[in-house]
Formats: sequence, structure tokens, C-alpha cells
Amino acid sequence: MLAGERGEAVSLAMRLIVALAGVVKADRLIGISAAHIDSCLYHGPVGVAFAERLAAAGGRVSVPTTLNVSALDLLHPDLVNLDPPTRQAARRLMDAYVAMGCQPTWTCAPYQLPDRPARGDQLAWAESNAIVFANSVLGARTARYGDFVDICAALTGRVPDAGLHRDEHRRARIVFRLDWLGGHHAVPDELYGLIGHIVGQESGPLVPAIVGLPLDATEDQLKALGAAAASSGSVALFHAVGVTPEAPTLEAALGGGRPAREVDLTPARLRRAWDELSTTDGRRGLAAVSVGTPHFSLSEFERLERLLDGRAIHPAIEMYVSTGRDTLARLDRSGCTERLQRAGIRLVVDTCTYITPILRAPRGSTVMTDSAKWAWYAPGNLAVEVVYGSLEACVNSAVAGRVVRDRSGLLDG
Amino acid sequence: MAERSNGRATWTASGRPLVAGSARGIALVLDEPLSFWGGVDPGSGAIIDRRHPQAGDSVAGRILVLTAGRGSSSSSSVLAEALHAGTGPAAILLLEPDEIIVVGALVVEMLDGRATPVIQLDARDHRRLRTGDEVVVDGHGRLAVTSPSAGSAP
Repeated sequence: MLAGERGEAVSLAMRLIVALAGVVKADRLIGISAAHIDSCLYHGPVGVAFAERLAAAGGRVSVPTTLNVSALDLLHPDLVNLDPPTRQAARRLMDAYVAMGCQPTWTCAPYQLPDRPARGDQLAWAESNAIVFANSVLGARTARYGDFVDICAALTGRVPDAGLHRDEHRRARIVFRLDWLGGHHAVPDELYGLIGHIVGQESGPLVPAIVGLPLDATEDQLKALGAAAASSGSVALFHAVGVTPEAPTLEAALGGGRPAREVDLTPARLRRAWDELSTTDGRRGLAAVSVGTPHFSLSEFERLERLLDGRAIHPAIEMYVSTGRDTLARLDRSGCTERLQRAGIRLVVDTCTYITPILRAPRGSTVMTDSAKWAWYAPGNLAVEVVYGSLEACVNSAVAGRVVRDRSGLLDG
Repeated sequence: MAERSNGRATWTASGRPLVAGSARGIALVLDEPLSFWGGVDPGSGAIIDRRHPQAGDSVAGRILVLTAGRGSSSSSSVLAEALHAGTGPAAILLLEPDEIIVVGALVVEMLDGRATPVIQLDARDHRRLRTGDEVVVDGHGRLAVTSPSAGSAP
């Protein structure tokens, strides 16, 4: 492929894959069954030049390939407040990836699409929350691919045989204990983001195992945990003992080895995580509420409707829910879209509220979120103040027009 | 290796070039890992992650010393955009090999023909580097480091 017998685009892509194999000291390349591309989010002229060069050289993906969020909401174009030249460049980037045969899914939660990878599948996924979900919850295998490499893997169908593609690198080396929970089955949602935040901070390059998570933890809760751990740190795989597929027991998660470290996730440490994720207590007022990072699932929309219980959002509050266009199409059919819009909720697709200018609230305003990932990045990206809380607290705050905190009683002990 | 001239100590080290290239500049040693995406403004090179201990410092033209990257898979893009725009670091010295950083530098080399060295150092050399050191990187992963603060060394 390097020599160009499959065309110039594949030859260019192979150069990058081979260089990467050298960095990670892989002896060989392996085939992949799917790819997920993050490079379609506009950051500047280099991204466009790279994609257009590959597309112009005849690049076509060789495996089923989904696309991550972009900088635009193509279904609600007025939501995104970008200047026309940037909007045009962002659109050119998106078009180049579609021209190479990628599916225009525009979601950071490709694991919520109907056709998702199975346990043991070798993948080249980019987008940190998707990577950690694929490895941890689906039991599929992907290294932490980033921009540029993702499309090169999709074009060549090859990745270095290294890292999380191999058994020996998937074993837990650091153990987090939640013993005090005592198998509590009504763990509030906000705990999952807090747990993930600490796991990300403490794990470094080690694969973490978590002991004591409720056995009925949902995919939405594991999604929140993983996204948090991949934001505060570089976690690409976690094992939740008794919950995730490669961790029926702690011994299985450790693969016969011994952990390098053990960390107690005490209530005091979780309270500190809440303080780290919130930049304000919200007493100075509330301007907006943003949920859906990573993209809201259908079950999260069902929960949102139950929590709203027919109430409307306070007229002074902007409330956004980010989701994939595939999920939105299913919501449209059920009538949910119309009900949420009537309640004053703005639905965002194809992008997310913390990566492109959507919020109308001025810099320095307070925004509430149920996402540890959003709370981690938005203060830097958008220059806003953040209050972290459960989805229930977010909904109640959006209705009341002020921050309503419901920090879990579990944390007050 | 260390030698002294004009009261300044110079030492050399040899690392593993993940991206080969030559550079010269003043070291900025980060106290914590950094995600370029969400952490660095590619328009100016400033560190914008408010939770980072060195928030407000600029990576532009510096010999950036960090243990590893962190977080978002968009960091390759932000690094590439910064390098292309001239607001990126002059070289990056790592403790752990970081594919996301390497790819950002490689893509700019492929498109612009300009190589920004990314070097993996062993722990001992990595630990010796201080913010403010003058660092020269050659095309083979070798460094020459001059510490302006040598006068205060024992």
C-alpha cells in the first residue's frame, strides 16, 4: 500500500500508519472492521488541506466508517453563531469526509447507532468518549486514535498491532474501591461523572478497575463515567467489576497480575471532585443549562420527559440538549421532539454546545450541566462558569430559573 | 555530561526521536499533562485550560517539556493548526511516547515540509530540565541544555 498500488491516498495514509507503528513499537499491522472519524470537526486550515488532499487523490474508506460531531448543526443552521468564512470552511471539511465514503452520522456516540461493534471487534475509533465506551462497555478493541490517523486507518483498513488491540495491555493495573456504597442500588447519576473524573485524574497510563459499582449500572451511566475519565485523564478502557464484559471478577480484570495502586473513592474525595468540576456555586444566577455531552440517548430523552413532567423551561433560561441526528429522527416519530420544543428546550444535532458558538449567554455567565466532560472543557472553551449536577437537578434548575442543587445524600455522610 | 563556561552549565542528552527535526529555544516545563484541545488556543499558543497550573503561559516558540498529553483526541488537530500558524512549540520533549502529539507534528511535516521535533527522553534527563533552560535539539534526538541558573547549583 505504501508503494501506491492502491492509489496515492492510500499510500499517503499508509505513511502515517507506518510512522505510528514505529512510535508504538508494533511488529505488524492488523485489519479493522470499522472506523469512527473525529477529524471532521473544524479546527483550522490544516484539517481542511489534509482531508481535501486525501479526497482529491481518490481516497475511499475501506471499512464502514462513521463521523463524529462537526462544528455545524446542519438541521438547525441558525443555532450556530459562526462567521461565514469559518462556516464555509467547516462545511468543506465535512463534505470532504462524506466524499471519501464516510457515513454522515455526525455523532460522538456512535455506540448509540443501531449497528454497533461487538465484543472482540478490532476498530479504529477516535473521540475519547467513544473510545472508552467501545473498549469498556462493548468489549471491542481500539487504541486512542486521534485526528488524521482515524481517516488513515479507515482508508487503509489497517492499524498497528499494539496497545489496547492486544490482551496484555487490557489488564487492570490500578483498582478503585467504592466499598462504602455497599451495593447501593439507587446511586444518583451525578456520582458516575464524579467517579470518572477521579479515575481519570489518578490512573495516568494504567488501565483502571472499579470495584463496587452497582451491578445494574446503565449504559448511560457508564457513558458518563467513561467520558469524564477520558477528559480529566487519558483513560481509554476501564473495567467495572461485575458490570463490564471483560471483568466478571476482579481477578479476571487484573488478568492474573497485581495492581500497582489501589485508591479509595471515599465520599470526601467525591465531594472534592464536585468542587473541582464546578467553578461557581451558582448563587450569582443561572443563564443556561446544557445536557447531552456525550450525545443524549433515547433512554435519556425518556428520563428527561419524566423529570420535566409537563413543566416548561423558565423563560430567562436557555436549555440545550445535544444528540445525534439518528436519535432525533426517532424522537420525531414518537412526537417527543415537538413536546420538548413546546417546553422551551432547544435540540442540537451534528455538533455540541461546548465546541462551537451556540450559547447566547455572555462570557462569565453561569451554565449548569450534568456532564463532567462539559464541566471540564467549557470554562476554557466558552469562558463560562459551570455548576455540575444530576440531570434531575439540571431540569429543576432550568424550570426554576436558578440553580437548584441536590447533591446526593450519599455524599453528605 | 556537564561542563561550565561563563558560570553557566551545559549538559547533553540523547533521546528517541519520535519525529526527527532540529530546533532551538527556551524550555517551558509543564507541571501537569496538557490536552492541546481545550488547553491551548491555536491562535496565540496560550494555555487556556484554567485548571492547568501554567494557565496563561504561552507554548509558542518554546521547547515544551511534558510527561504526556491528556484527554481529547482532537489534540492532534489543535497542535497541527498551531504549528502551521507559527504559534506552536519549537520542539516537544516527552517522557511517554504520545501518538496524538506525534501525529499532529507529522501531518504538518507532510503538508508544509516543516519538521517539529518530538523527542522521548529517559526519566533522568526529563527530570533535569527546568523552565528557562536554553535547549538546542539536533536532527537525531540529541539535546544540548544550558541552564542560566547554574550559579545557584551546589
